[in-house]
Amino acid sequence: MVDGLVKHYGSVRAVDGVSLRVAEGEIVALLGPNGAGKSTIVEILEGHRHRTTGSVQVLGADPGSAPSWYRDRIGIVLQSSGIDPELTVREVIDTYGAAYERSRPTDEVIEMVELAEKADVRVTSLSGGQQRRVDLALGLVGDPELIFLDEPTTGFDPAARRRGWSLIENLTALGRTVLLTTHYLDEAEHLADRVVVLAQGRIVAEGTPARLRADASASTVIRFVLPDLADPVASMLGQLIGQVAGRGRHVEITTDAPTADLAHVTGWALERGIELAELAVVSPTLEEAYLDLVNEQHGDDEGPGGWTGDGGRAEAGLR
Amino acid sequence: MRTLRLLVVQIRSQNRIFWRVPIGAFFTLVFPVILLVLFVALFGNEDFNTSYGGSSTSQFYTPGLAVFSAASATYTNIGINLTSRRELGILKRIRGTPLPPWVYLAGVVGSAVWIALVSTVVMVSLGALAYGVNIEATKLPAMVVTFAVGSATFAVAGVAISAVARTMAAAQSLTNATLIPLGFVSNVFVSLGVGGDPPRWLEVIGDIFPLKHFAAAFGEAMSPFSDAPAFEWGHLAVMGGWLVAAGLVAVRMFRWEPNRS
Repeated sequence: MVDGLVKHYGSVRAVDGVSLRVAEGEIVALLGPNGAGKSTIVEILEGHRHRTTGSVQVLGADPGSAPSWYRDRIGIVLQSSGIDPELTVREVIDTYGAAYERSRPTDEVIEMVELAEKADVRVTSLSGGQQRRVDLALGLVGDPELIFLDEPTTGFDPAARRRGWSLIENLTALGRTVLLTTHYLDEAEHLADRVVVLAQGRIVAEGTPARLRADASASTVIRFVLPDLADPVASMLGQLIGQVAGRGRHVEITTDAPTADLAHVTGWALERGIELAELAVVSPTLEEAYLDLVNEQHGDDEGPGGWTGDGGRAEAGLR
Repeated sequence: MRTLRLLVVQIRSQNRIFWRVPIGAFFTLVFPVILLVLFVALFGNEDFNTSYGGSSTSQFYTPGLAVFSAASATYTNIGINLTSRRELGILKRIRGTPLPPWVYLAGVVGSAVWIALVSTVVMVSLGALAYGVNIEATKLPAMVVTFAVGSATFAVAGVAISAVARTMAAAQSLTNATLIPLGFVSNVFVSLGVGGDPPRWLEVIGDIFPLKHFAAAFGEAMSPFSDAPAFEWGHLAVMGGWLVAAGLVAVRMFRWEPNRS
């Protein structure tokens, strides 16, 4: 679907060689922090922006030339595109629906986004969440085969988010393909068949939510606090399999071999009769794994006073 | 056929939007009528000398204010409306739908011309019925053609203004700061012949811009002294030139994406 996509803004490479394939009926989430290039990719696929290089094919069309039959078969929910504030919900959906070859009946669309009570209310009097649902309605009114959702539930309260999710799930039950962007991990996990993690215009990880979680839990974190800094710990830490990081007396070991490393640490402590305060073994959440990936791309340093040591294999990334 | 249906949907939708903003509707439709009533009440409806010869107050003001209301229904409304739709991200949304962009723009222009027609008919009817302003069947075609050329010119100029204005506030200032002063040098609010000779440069400015030509051509088509069919080809040609120039600016500079990032 997308191959080697690159988008420059002046000297900034907003999208830096992204390749992506989405199958029919699949829900794929582009996950990443602000500025990762998610929206740029989606806008290129929608035909709103032109790519610098690379090839793109969606539904057999090149969105760059954006033929009108292509826009007839896609639905777009942008992050922040306005709706005529003077018109009522029904009038807006009627007007936009008229442009599509096979549009859904307005009442059906209003029902789908649960705005029946507000159907004859002007858009300007709606709450932010309700306006977002009109956004969604306008993305659906053309009965699209492929739907782009750019941060569909940003600004929703938790209950509205759940409802938004069930709506999106209903769409895919109809066999629709969805490409959504989000910076909420739980949203990607809840909705997507496949998650693509982006940072600085590159794909840093890709897989089903379960796969990402499994890969993430492969790296376990062992944490403890040393009683006394004077103790020569460096040689012991050097023998560990995982990667060591710490600040002052706090030590954190990220390891793919938690059993061996934990035995090593506790054996060393027992030998010296040291009690390791706050000893904990933690499986990182998907959230932490994701933040790790993103931070790696940013090349974040440890804060002042931090120190790192490399114990053997230091890879904590997802593949 | 389908395109025509889409165009009708767009024009109706834009009309709805117009009527739901009372302040815009007031300035376009009611304000010029108030001016006509005021001017006739202030100056009396006697004949006075204009650069075109003797005329009653209402015979002078009716076509001028009709033209002014048509210009503000098209130029001012489109300039502000399109800019606000762009900055709200509505134009960008339109680009993501199969609606051909030109049909959307034609809807905006068509709706504005329709409102201009309503305001012109209201003004001319008021002048004829209340003040006995002259209307002749043989000069009606000239009135219609002049209205069509003039309102098309100001509509396209409105699109051009929205292409130039980066914000809604800029569009409001640009349209009002151009149209209202022009009204004073274009024989709309005052006759340049009254009160001695006006400075030459004021006349030149009036001659350059299309409002004076719109008012003059429409005034001739309503004048009791002109000969039927009263087509003013020179004035129409100047407006045509502006139509083409504004069209070029609009085509080259119009953007669908909001300027806010």
